[in-house]
Amino acid sequence: MEPFTVLTSRAVPLDIANVDTDQLIPARFLKKPRSSGYDNYLLYDLRFDEAGAPRPDFVLNRPEYRGAKIVVTGPNFGCGSSREGAVYALVDAGIRCVIAASFGDIFFNNAPKNGLLPVVLPPDQVAEVRAALDGACAELTVDLQAQEVRGPGFAFRFDIDPFRREGLLKGIDEIDLTLQYRERIEAFRADYLAERPWAGVRG
Amino acid sequence: MPDAAPGPLTLFEKVWRRHLVLERDGQALLYIDRHFAHEGSFHAFEKLRASGRRVIAPGQTFGVADHYVPTRDRARPIPNPEIANMVDMLGRNTAENGIRLFGLDDPGQGIVHVIGPEQGLTQPGLTIVCGDSHTSTHGAFGALAFGIGASEVAHVLATQCLWQKRPKTLRITIDGRLHPGVAAKDVILAVISRIGANGGTGHIVEYAGEAIRGLSMEGRMTICNMSIEAGAKAGMIAPDETTFAYLKGRPFAPAGEAWERAVADWRGLASDEGARFDREVRLHSDEIAPMVTWGTSPEEALPVTALVPDPASESDPARRAQVERSLSYMGLVPGQKLSEVTVDRIFIGSCTNSRIEDLRAAAAILRGRRSAVPGIVSPGSSAVKRMAEAEGLDRVFTAAGLEWRDSGCSMCVGMNGDLVPAGERCASTSNRNFPGRQGPNARTHLMSPAMAAAAAVTGRLTDVRGLTVGEAA
Ligand code: SF4
Repeated sequence: MEPFTVLTSRAVPLDIANVDTDQLIPARFLKKPRSSGYDNYLLYDLRFDEAGAPRPDFVLNRPEYRGAKIVVTGPNFGCGSSREGAVYALVDAGIRCVIAASFGDIFFNNAPKNGLLPVVLPPDQVAEVRAALDGACAELTVDLQAQEVRGPGFAFRFDIDPFRREGLLKGIDEIDLTLQYRERIEAFRADYLAERPWAGVRG
Repeated sequence: MPDAAPGPLTLFEKVWRRHLVLERDGQALLYIDRHFAHEGSFHAFEKLRASGRRVIAPGQTFGVADHYVPTRDRARPIPNPEIANMVDMLGRNTAENGIRLFGLDDPGQGIVHVIGPEQGLTQPGLTIVCGDSHTSTHGAFGALAFGIGASEVAHVLATQCLWQKRPKTLRITIDGRLHPGVAAKDVILAVISRIGANGGTGHIVEYAGEAIRGLSMEGRMTICNMSIEAGAKAGMIAPDETTFAYLKGRPFAPAGEAWERAVADWRGLASDEGARFDREVRLHSDEIAPMVTWGTSPEEALPVTALVPDPASESDPARRAQVERSLSYMGLVPGQKLSEVTVDRIFIGSCTNSRIEDLRAAAAILRGRRSAVPGIVSPGSSAVKRMAEAEGLDRVFTAAGLEWRDSGCSMCVGMNGDLVPAGERCASTSNRNFPGRQGPNARTHLMSPAMAAAAAVTGRLTDVRGLTVGEAA
């Protein structure tokens, strides 16, 4: 996984609350192999009309936000279905960070595993960051080392648990990490099943 | 590690502690008892293959074909090659890894959150995961059950464990008994409209109170199923005699002496007297009427007797814009009576409301009546289907003019091609009214099975209480 340290980029405002993962990637595209790239499916029904032509007024299609790697959006982003395709679509479209007041839990867990950093800020700070994106197209800096979002006239600190931060900064593979504890897991399992034999799967 | 003297514990804490392998940097490594994999798990199997790893405990994972399976013409090959490939891939991935599959032709086939409990694989006190957000359903048995993404599915396959940050706890107590015509679905829609679509974010919800205790396992599953629609990681209900009676004798449930030992253990899982929750919410059954959603988030729900909300009365501009967006997508007018909104079709099915009790509730309304609109009924499992047919429910639905289908996710998500046509309005017993969920530009109103049946009869959103009275008169 690609490590995440400091990201400076344009940011795109997506002024919608409760952007669910069905909108992030409609179900009909989930059959596609990842190798085909998921960038075209991102927010498909908002980005494209029924005939498949881009809707020029939709914010992701506007030239001033092209190349943005940061999304600033409404609360409860990524709620709904657990589909990790929602994260793939964002990542394949070049997005590395989403800033919102809250996230769906499963999306919040899926994102860092693909090098996408979800940043939670209080609603008033999200509003301030959002206000900086009108017209002039400001750049934002998201600094994971310092746990800060910086822009014209503001620097907001954000929280992230040390486990996730470390994982993103170093691009750690969690499975490798867990397998280092293999013996402890085996011992745990043996004790657990000795105490509750019925919890094992009955044939 | 468990403390020496833990004090009173919640149901969640008890299950969490018994699965805690170790802690590191604020995250816990949890041992996972059961894992269900549906067709969408192909990313995880691919990931595993690419890294040269193997499935560490194949006996604890169960494959289930549900999201993409056809709900008719099962004897024939699946016509759409991409859909067929999804079902085939699950077959290959499970076979190659020695995983038991409930495939298309299996008599136990059905929606993962219906068959887990039905097979007795879902039990109190277990940790259960699946790459599907409605895994919260299994919490109805007092299990800690939650949805995970593909990376976490791969992690479970490779390690039988998961890293988790300890969630907070929220107890939702429903006092009083439910009124006639009010179902579990109405309770959970009322809860979500009260606390919001992110009201449970970061929390495990425990449902308690007289109304919950009085529900069957089917009703409890409906409630826990939609915990995720309030943003909660999981929902849980303390196991009791209702739970044990449901599980006893099921294929994978403990038997003989193991059953006695298991039940003795399960009895100790309920939250202790004096256990502390991070938050508490209380509702009274008197406040809960038959509900319908009017917008594009499950929080946008109201009693069917209410009016479509007016954005002008919202003081918060972001909230006002949200209501406007929802009404525009749904094609509704502020101030319109919800009971005057006409529907184009109905869907009875999904992991929320497709169990035998749900089908009985819908059939009770439809018996001897015609549906004014087309619609499909998809039982939650092949076993539910057989049971319903033995009771003659299939004939009630077909006599009403509805289609009686096979079991799968079907029109809940439309992955198998069962879609609501663009612009049409569907009265649905599923769990998500998101834009495009049932098909591009489809408009979804969520409600209970009896309410969907009532909508079928009149062709509009209808208070089932009036209809029942009308029938008796
Ligand atoms: S029925 Fe719907 S919500 Fe349930 S598992 Fe299937 S797609 Fe998901």
